[in-house]
Amino acid sequence: MRLTLERRSSVPAWFNLALPLLAIATTLVLAGGLIALAGADVLPAFGALLDGAFGSRFNTIETLVKAAPLTLTGLSVAVAFRARFWNIGAEGQLLAGAMAAAYLGARQGLPGWSLIPLMIAGGALAGGLWAAIPALLKMRLKVDDVVSTLMLNFVIYYGMMALLNGPWKDPLSGYPDSPDILPAAEFPILLEPTRLHLGVLIAALAALAVWLIMTRTTLGFAIRAVGENPRAAHYSGIPITRVVLATAAISGGLAGLAGVGEVGGLHFQVMASLSPGYGYTGIVIAMLARLNPLGVAPAAIFFAAVATGAESMSRHTGVPVYLADVIQGGALICMLVALLFNEYRIRWRLAAPR
Amino acid sequence: MGFFAALVRVATPLLIATIGELYAERAGVLNLGIEGIMLLGAMVGFCVAYYTGMLWLGVAAAALVGLLCAALMGLLTVTLGLSQHVSGLGVTLLATGLAFFSYRLIFGQPSQPPSVTPFAFVALPGLSDIPYLGTALFNQYALVYLAFALVPLSAVLLYRTPWGLTLRTVGEYPQAAASAGVSVAWVRYQGLLISGALFGIAGSFFTLAQFNAFTFGVISGRGWVCIALVVLGRWDPWRCGLAALAFGTLDALQLRLQSSGVIDLPYQLFLLLPFLVTVVAMALFSRNARAPEALLKPFRKEER
Repeated sequence: MRLTLERRSSVPAWFNLALPLLAIATTLVLAGGLIALAGADVLPAFGALLDGAFGSRFNTIETLVKAAPLTLTGLSVAVAFRARFWNIGAEGQLLAGAMAAAYLGARQGLPGWSLIPLMIAGGALAGGLWAAIPALLKMRLKVDDVVSTLMLNFVIYYGMMALLNGPWKDPLSGYPDSPDILPAAEFPILLEPTRLHLGVLIAALAALAVWLIMTRTTLGFAIRAVGENPRAAHYSGIPITRVVLATAAISGGLAGLAGVGEVGGLHFQVMASLSPGYGYTGIVIAMLARLNPLGVAPAAIFFAAVATGAESMSRHTGVPVYLADVIQGGALICMLVALLFNEYRIRWRLAAPR
Repeated sequence: MGFFAALVRVATPLLIATIGELYAERAGVLNLGIEGIMLLGAMVGFCVAYYTGMLWLGVAAAALVGLLCAALMGLLTVTLGLSQHVSGLGVTLLATGLAFFSYRLIFGQPSQPPSVTPFAFVALPGLSDIPYLGTALFNQYALVYLAFALVPLSAVLLYRTPWGLTLRTVGEYPQAAASAGVSVAWVRYQGLLISGALFGIAGSFFTLAQFNAFTFGVISGRGWVCIALVVLGRWDPWRCGLAALAFGTLDALQLRLQSSGVIDLPYQLFLLLPFLVTVVAMALFSRNARAPEALLKPFRKEER
């Protein structure tokens, strides 16, 4: 008997679920090793993590609240990667949306009912415009999108910090926090007395909307065509530049909405620690979801659970909370490797007679 | 402290990492693990130096951990032929997570961050007496001299040796190299391993020379900058060296303006500047830039 690799001609549908689960299981085993290294008992530590994420109604809702921005950045990346627009900039586009929301939400003299719709529209627009810059640079000037989106993340982050230490600085406390948005601009709570806010609903609806766009509209078809074979798309008359720009606008808009939700539903202002890397986690989520919009939400909930759970695990067992970061990186790598099963199958074979 | 001395010091880690990335890319692999590997190198280098008291051992350990990360990168992109973009981001995320996790595990949450006595300046006899320029260029850390020696060394290695020719061929026309009997995979591993070791060393420069402690934001995007510097340097050691110096100038200027207090602006605007200039420079020069032909393309010997 010997092992051989052979190319697969077709991929069974259950692989779409099995591969991410396989990747996550492998990652958790590796994470277990680190927990043991940290001197804690592995199973109780995972128990504490699970308990912190879903142990009570409160914890579960906190996990869902955390999953909202992650769903949106995951969708943002999934849409962009479909068109092979390598948008690593969801982090910066999120900040663009958050700043727009914080600005609009603090405007006096507008009718109260108009503030929330304005913040949503303005935040999505800001994120979309910020993402359109690297898309334009890519299509017109051949600037590598990975590098430009990464650079722009730092441009907008430091821009925001300059704003927070300049015009937006709190005149009373001197803290680098933007002025609070008006009470009328605060997102309604869906379930009192928790923190489940409108942004969570927006994230869920966005997942559905993106799924509809990608599978049921000509634009979605064009985006996928450009990603799968740009040359064929070009010869079949698809305007590639316009499609990539539209992809970028949608992608950036979704990330912008993540920022809007964090400002409108959670923090009511912008500050340095607004995003603990939601944009980068979005990449991991999109890959685990195999760029499928409907897969993004469960993947986002998983990583939200890891993040909230890791904190309570850390409190109970002393294992550093950064285990969550290791799990993210590990999951991305394991998922990439697992994707090989889409291309190849392992066969046991009787050794060929020689 | 003289402006030029500061400039050279700020440019050094960027120079080391940029030259490292150059080797990987000339062999056909974009190593986006750079940001995380530099951070992990900074952490491991600091940690080893802190516990052994030997700074050079810290540098060596940083290089070693960089090698390991690069080997993982090679496994993913060369052996398994996976997406270089996503693999690199994965390595960066993993290395970042490991750096944070192990730092917290080893040092806990001290009120005062642990520190080491960093490298001292090594004055080159004679040369350092040259007024002004002497102190800037020849009264520096030993690592600075090594970093600047990397540029001519790499130019010779890449352009004047059979090994360099093979590496460049693998990055441009791997099929040709393969039919000449070269193991494309092994050469790409070599490029990656060199890059990883240099990333680690570059990271350790921050914690063992430029500063004397590890902070979570010690790299904060400088690795990504090096990816851009390779593009701006058009994949040539000399031009990459110049690009790193230009970026160092910008960074040093930023520090100078920040501390001078002449301009009453939030200092973050100056932190933003290098990244913005990089994007603008790429917009101006990318059209003429020619990346190695086989960059980002996995090579499979027999395509079935």
